[in-house]
Amino acid sequence: MNQEKSYQYVNKPVRKKDAMALVTGKPVYVDDIAPAGCLVVKVLRSPHANAIIESINKDIAMKVPGIEAIFTWEDVPNQRFTMAGQTYPEPSPYDRLILDQHVRYVGDPVAIIAGADEACVNKAMKLIKVTYQVLEPLLDFRKAKDNKILVHPEENWRSLCPVGADNKRNLCAHDSCQDGDVEKVLADCDVVVNSTYHTKANQQAMMETFRTYCFMDMYGHLNVVSSTQIVFHVRRILSHALNISPSKIRVSKPRIGGGFGAKQTVVAEVFPAFVTWKTGKPSKMIFTREECQIASTPRHEMEVSVRIGADKAGTIRAIDVYTLSNTGAYGEHGPTTVGLSGHKSIPLYPRLNAYRFTYDVVYTNVMSAGAYRGYGATQGLFAVESAVNELAAKLHMDPVALREKNMVKEGDVMPSYYGETANSCALDRCLARAKDMIGWDKKYPCTDMGNGKVRSVGVAMAMQGSGISGVDVGSATVKLNDQGIYTLTIGAADMGTGCDTILAQMMAECMECPVDSISVFGADTDASPYDSGSYASSTTYVTGKAVEKACEKLKEKIVKVACQALGCSPDEAEFNGKGVTCLTSGSFISLEDIATRSMCGNTEALEVTESHSSPVSPPPFMVGMVEIELDRETGHVDILDYVAVVDCGTPVNPNLARVQTEGGLVQGIGMALYEDIQYDSKGRLAENSFMQYKIPTRLDMGKLRVEFESSYEPTGPFGAKSIGEIVINTPAPALAHAIFNATGHWFRELPITSEKIAMAD
Amino acid sequence: MTITLTLNGKKITDQISADCLLIDFLRSHGALSVKRGCETSNCGLCTVFLNDVPVLSCSMLAARADGQTVTTLEGLQDEAEEFGAFIADQGAEQCGFCNPGFIMNAIALLRENPSPTDDEIREYLAGNLCRCSGYEGQLRGIRAFIDYRQERSRS
Repeated sequence: MNQEKSYQYVNKPVRKKDAMALVTGKPVYVDDIAPAGCLVVKVLRSPHANAIIESINKDIAMKVPGIEAIFTWEDVPNQRFTMAGQTYPEPSPYDRLILDQHVRYVGDPVAIIAGADEACVNKAMKLIKVTYQVLEPLLDFRKAKDNKILVHPEENWRSLCPVGADNKRNLCAHDSCQDGDVEKVLADCDVVVNSTYHTKANQQAMMETFRTYCFMDMYGHLNVVSSTQIVFHVRRILSHALNISPSKIRVSKPRIGGGFGAKQTVVAEVFPAFVTWKTGKPSKMIFTREECQIASTPRHEMEVSVRIGADKAGTIRAIDVYTLSNTGAYGEHGPTTVGLSGHKSIPLYPRLNAYRFTYDVVYTNVMSAGAYRGYGATQGLFAVESAVNELAAKLHMDPVALREKNMVKEGDVMPSYYGETANSCALDRCLARAKDMIGWDKKYPCTDMGNGKVRSVGVAMAMQGSGISGVDVGSATVKLNDQGIYTLTIGAADMGTGCDTILAQMMAECMECPVDSISVFGADTDASPYDSGSYASSTTYVTGKAVEKACEKLKEKIVKVACQALGCSPDEAEFNGKGVTCLTSGSFISLEDIATRSMCGNTEALEVTESHSSPVSPPPFMVGMVEIELDRETGHVDILDYVAVVDCGTPVNPNLARVQTEGGLVQGIGMALYEDIQYDSKGRLAENSFMQYKIPTRLDMGKLRVEFESSYEPTGPFGAKSIGEIVINTPAPALAHAIFNATGHWFRELPITSEKIAMAD
Repeated sequence: MTITLTLNGKKITDQISADCLLIDFLRSHGALSVKRGCETSNCGLCTVFLNDVPVLSCSMLAARADGQTVTTLEGLQDEAEEFGAFIADQGAEQCGFCNPGFIMNAIALLRENPSPTDDEIREYLAGNLCRCSGYEGQLRGIRAFIDYRQERSRS
């Protein structure tokens, strides 16, 4: 239930700690702080989707004035690794080299070039002569499994975890799980929907492209300053890639210009790291937007087949999901993203007689996929929520009523969500509120405007997780400094989301001090406590709890030092934020005086590090409802109103939670209507710039209205769950539904462009 | 070639190559607020003022700024701070990478049209992409700033 608690700093719209630096354009990003005189690093990329490098002649290129070094596959360690930022041992296969003789997609690196400036590097790049043995590419992911073309035929390919991978079958992962007899229950259902949905390899398209600079420090350590969500994973991955000890590598991040999961994979880091390690000279690599589009780490393309059965009264009895996921040329995040397509869609309907979830993840000769906000749940929810809407149409039932009858409620056990119980769930309230806000009963399904235009509505629900249960580690170091000011040191990465601020809000709540009394530092592998990093919707829930735990212990230590001064025992003392009072004598010592005492003749460190990990991953829930106006002539869709009601537990910072939601909705709208990925027969990507890859502008998103219906998560800090990812999940199914209600056509492939709508009529 | 221009009130003379883009010239002269988000004039991150008119510095040769006046956010710190505070109060700055270009263009809008409608705001700023905020928070911030200015001018 909603436990109304009042807080002083939590659940308040505190301004982000870095906000004023950002709005005034201060130099706080990688390329603003990279030292002048860095070597510029670029890579020559393969023009072929599948080829063996027969020879590389770099003699002429090396003569270009200013060129420092050119490295090819012969110069790098022949030890495979994964670039996926995941906890070791990574589920992603070890299938990469820094440079490989076998290139596997158009854009795969062939040579690393380092020189004094961009001009000489570009010139040298053109002068490198490469001879390729061009092989037939495998471009259709539906034909990849057991195809005669092997993307990874090499013998030193390795899978560290039992994820069902087999490189000799182009399989990056395979698994199946079920509860009950799905075939039997489906055969017994009055109505069954059987549909297949297709989502594309969308780009995160964060405004700051991938970038890193490196230098050697006075200890002979390789310093890597990168725009990354995962400093500790980057250190380990670089140590694998370069075959050097992690003790010789330090990774830190300045401000990050957006991530959305893209920067949960090592993309730029290995190249300048290799150059600096080899040459001893500082270097930097700044991805162009084109490189970002063609050689990065987008969403996994998935084809999700759903069978869903119900009785005549609208009780959903069985869901069967099969997902085919395209990991592309390398397996980053392949085995894990796919799991969410079933495990974070089916549990919305927990009271089934049976469910089954099966998947294959396959290699193909296109750009490798990676982590993108939603991480497979987005794809799965587009399919399952669309199928539920199709089921409602078949049952001649209001899709909201169908959901009211079947959706997860607080206290439900979710068998398809690892058997976890929904201990905090306000999804029913979210649905009721969204329905009310959009005026569903009046508007469903559509209104013909009489001018060739139709207004219609659509609905979808969503869930996500809060961290990876039993895996993610969040840590916080809290310290009392001179004058009673605190430091909070974290290994989580604020990529614009505001985690530095919300964690400080939690600390302020615990320490009963203003947020401004807390200085936040992170993330730096040499200075921060270990944190898996900012991904999987983990930071608020997991790292937040670590902050809470660390603060409790710091208070005990502060009281202990205070008691030495006050001459009383800790049982008699009380901490109140400003200082410590001895309850028996009434004497008081201020925080400032305690801090001063801690720096003179003291043996009690007023510093605490705590780690946290959670055995559960409580899902946030939400409902999205959209009203569109569709032009039957042109297929153009105008979004008139998008209503989102979210249950993220306690919103730690309502402003930031709201903006997260709005931002996620607009990314979801882009995915649903505009952002396409098209490869030609040679494996070249058409959408290689913002000219072709159409992310929404402020003219494309209509009006967004976001509200919160908060549950209270007992295992979260101050009742909080997560918000970052779930918010991208509703637009695709809700818009597909609204478009069906306007046109009578189910569009099962994204994006649903105006052209597709017009041509369907 | 040699060019001379006024950058944020300071006269600069420098040798440049003929193909030097204005954005690279500006960043190399310390105007690091100017950001590159694409190479195709689609994102608006590199917006600066050329003689008080917003232009995309990625799509203009530095040579064309010879003899002109260029202003970046470094030269508009007071305005950026005053306006930016309203964006910050919405949490709409988010990652911040698009902020300088967006704020330059918002300042230009409000100089041209001190009380724009929501549609006028959306249209004027349509070329300023933001991947984080979903734009609504930016709109709320702009509206709050306009309200604040009108309130102030009345009192």
